[in-house]
Amino acid sequence: MTAPDTDISTSRNPSGGHSADDALLVIENLSVGFPTEDGVVQAVRGVSYTLRPREVLGIVGESGSGKSVTSLAVMGLLPKSARVGGSVRFRNDELLGLSETALAKFRGEHVAMIFQDPMSSLNPVYTVGWQIAEALRAHHEMSKDAAMARAVELLKTVGIPRADERAHNYPHEFSGGMRQRAVIAIAMANDPDVIIADEPTTALDVTVQAQVLDTLTTARQETGAAMVLITHDLGVVAGQADRVLVMYAGKPVEIGTVDEIFYTPRMPYTLGLLGSLPRLDATDTERLTPIVGSPPSLINLLPGCPFAPRCPLRQPICDVEEPELRPTTSATHVAACHFSEQLEGKKPSDLFQATSADDVLPDAEPSEQQARDVRGEAAAEQLSGGGQQ
Amino acid sequence: MTTVQSAPTLPSSEPARPVLEVHNLVKHFPVRSHGLIRRKVGDVHAVCDVSFDLYPGETLGLVGESGCGKTTTSRVVLNLQPATSGTVLFDGREISGLKQSEMRRLRREMQIVFQDPYASLDPRMPVNEIVAEPLRIHGRYEKSGRRKVAELLRTVGLNPEHGNRYAHEFSGGQRQRIGIARALALEPRVLILDEPVSALDVSIQAGVLNLLEELQDRLGLAYLFVAHDLSVVKHISDRIAVMYLGRIVEMATRDQLFASPAHPYTQALISAIPIPDPVKERARNRIVVTGDVPSPIDPPSGCRFRTRCPKFANQLSNAEQQRCIEEIPGLIDHGQGHPAACHYAEVVNVL
Repeated sequence: MTAPDTDISTSRNPSGGHSADDALLVIENLSVGFPTEDGVVQAVRGVSYTLRPREVLGIVGESGSGKSVTSLAVMGLLPKSARVGGSVRFRNDELLGLSETALAKFRGEHVAMIFQDPMSSLNPVYTVGWQIAEALRAHHEMSKDAAMARAVELLKTVGIPRADERAHNYPHEFSGGMRQRAVIAIAMANDPDVIIADEPTTALDVTVQAQVLDTLTTARQETGAAMVLITHDLGVVAGQADRVLVMYAGKPVEIGTVDEIFYTPRMPYTLGLLGSLPRLDATDTERLTPIVGSPPSLINLLPGCPFAPRCPLRQPICDVEEPELRPTTSATHVAACHFSEQLEGKKPSDLFQATSADDVLPDAEPSEQQARDVRGEAAAEQLSGGGQQ
Repeated sequence: MTTVQSAPTLPSSEPARPVLEVHNLVKHFPVRSHGLIRRKVGDVHAVCDVSFDLYPGETLGLVGESGCGKTTTSRVVLNLQPATSGTVLFDGREISGLKQSEMRRLRREMQIVFQDPYASLDPRMPVNEIVAEPLRIHGRYEKSGRRKVAELLRTVGLNPEHGNRYAHEFSGGQRQRIGIARALALEPRVLILDEPVSALDVSIQAGVLNLLEELQDRLGLAYLFVAHDLSVVKHISDRIAVMYLGRIVEMATRDQLFASPAHPYTQALISAIPIPDPVKERARNRIVVTGDVPSPIDPPSGCRFRTRCPKFANQLSNAEQQRCIEEIPGLIDHGQGHPAACHYAEVVNVL
């Protein structure tokens, strides 16, 4: 985390081309639905992105925005009942629809994953060293001793003190930060090309988070892997990512370089997120500007922009037509908003009010007409009730 | 440690008397052996010699990492768990050791909002009843109760018409608002907020934080705001106490703490928090603390932070280190304008 290494600086501000040659991982129109008794939950509704070598792509969004499900779909880790559509290509090999054995070859060797909770991604009945060795032996012909020796080496790389002794410990004997580092060691074991880290530091304390983020940087430098960093923490993304993808209601609503997203956001949701963050670097103590309301239900989603009910720029067209991702400040900075040009030079407080109000509650089972009424009420209440302090 | 000394708190400019005074609070939990006779084999030193004052209308942030004793402190202050030693004065009255009935009267004045809005609301009660429950318990429901409940729901930004719904029909942010309405029902003077927004998404969290600030302005409440997120604590607090392994290591006004943090742990904590600004974040120098928090069953001698302290490891000579090992640093002002519990406290700008 101390001063980004040279590798990152070359991949920062990547050239605009989306040519297939330099792409490591290409995801096109990925959709995931989960059938339930109430209908299909469309958790992911058409996600497309390209990951280039050595790049760090940050995916941000609130809970339920589909950011984790997207990466589980990429790894083929969703339950059988999930309906997955679209395409996931790793260096021109289609991953969707592959058999479990074919996928197993990709997992670990080419695409590795780090999960949020290290206690549930490690097996409690095997030693940590054994589990790293297992990952090695799954993809390489090597003796148990050689694998164990390499495992100890990996534990050293991720900064576990007295790695040769610690390799014989069980996961419960490790602290949370050390467990996550052991998981990173497993992810590094086979020199993957892509590491997908799903909220890797969310369960950890901040001082430990800083250690683990450092370890992730080490892991990237050692393996030369590109990384997809999924998090809800915009601070982590600001420090780690080259490019950022903002998700809302199962779709990317804005994609751009980290500077574009933080300094010139062109989607009201992104701006709203930035305005609702309490910041350590704030000098004044102004009220925050929350986004009133809550994300829509992903069952029977209404037509139009899913953010419209919470959006201060809402116009009649927003309820009819869902906006596509369109280029804004540059060809690579795309945003899904009909009125993205209106955000030029706007601060969060220009659009959002420093209110303490809450949205009206959605009805238990909204029919379409009822739901429309609720939306209308919400907007009306936002207009009238926003000023009451 | 049972003797009441003058609390090493800030020399406050406020003339008002503190509504809550905590002196040398200690809480140990017994560790018992396995087997039939569960002998006591040790103590978890959860809270050690913690002292602070809370003035009317102010917010005191209590911040620290998991296991630092901040939640235990809040529970002991409320007398939900008995203190091992030390005193808690509410309005100048000692509350530890009060009888149940006396404590109940005091609870009207001090209420708590819990972290998890999914676990702290009874799923079998409609929201009206959840908010009315404290009124009923204290015999204040009677005729005007219904109106009072509706008013409370409106106060926290909820629609009173939805009062007959159950907790599961509300979002996380709305549930936390219900928890706040319940805490406000008895018109308390002190609210203890135990991680009230850490289970919420940022866009929702901001609304709840605004609500808390607004309620404080309107009702003159004093908040003890317990949280692990320093950015949230910075936003809402007037004064901040930083805890590490059961002890307060630094206490200052918000502006002082961030402009001139003097304890190495505070500095590390501030520098570890990522700032959502790419240019600033890239330019920052991080003070990385090694290792993990030691076990509170057997805390390090002397200064409890010394096992992870970057200053101890890199800057101090052997003779200087010896002092950290042998002598518990007092929470005193070393010339930086606020107390810090470090023998070698020195202001470093880390933002």
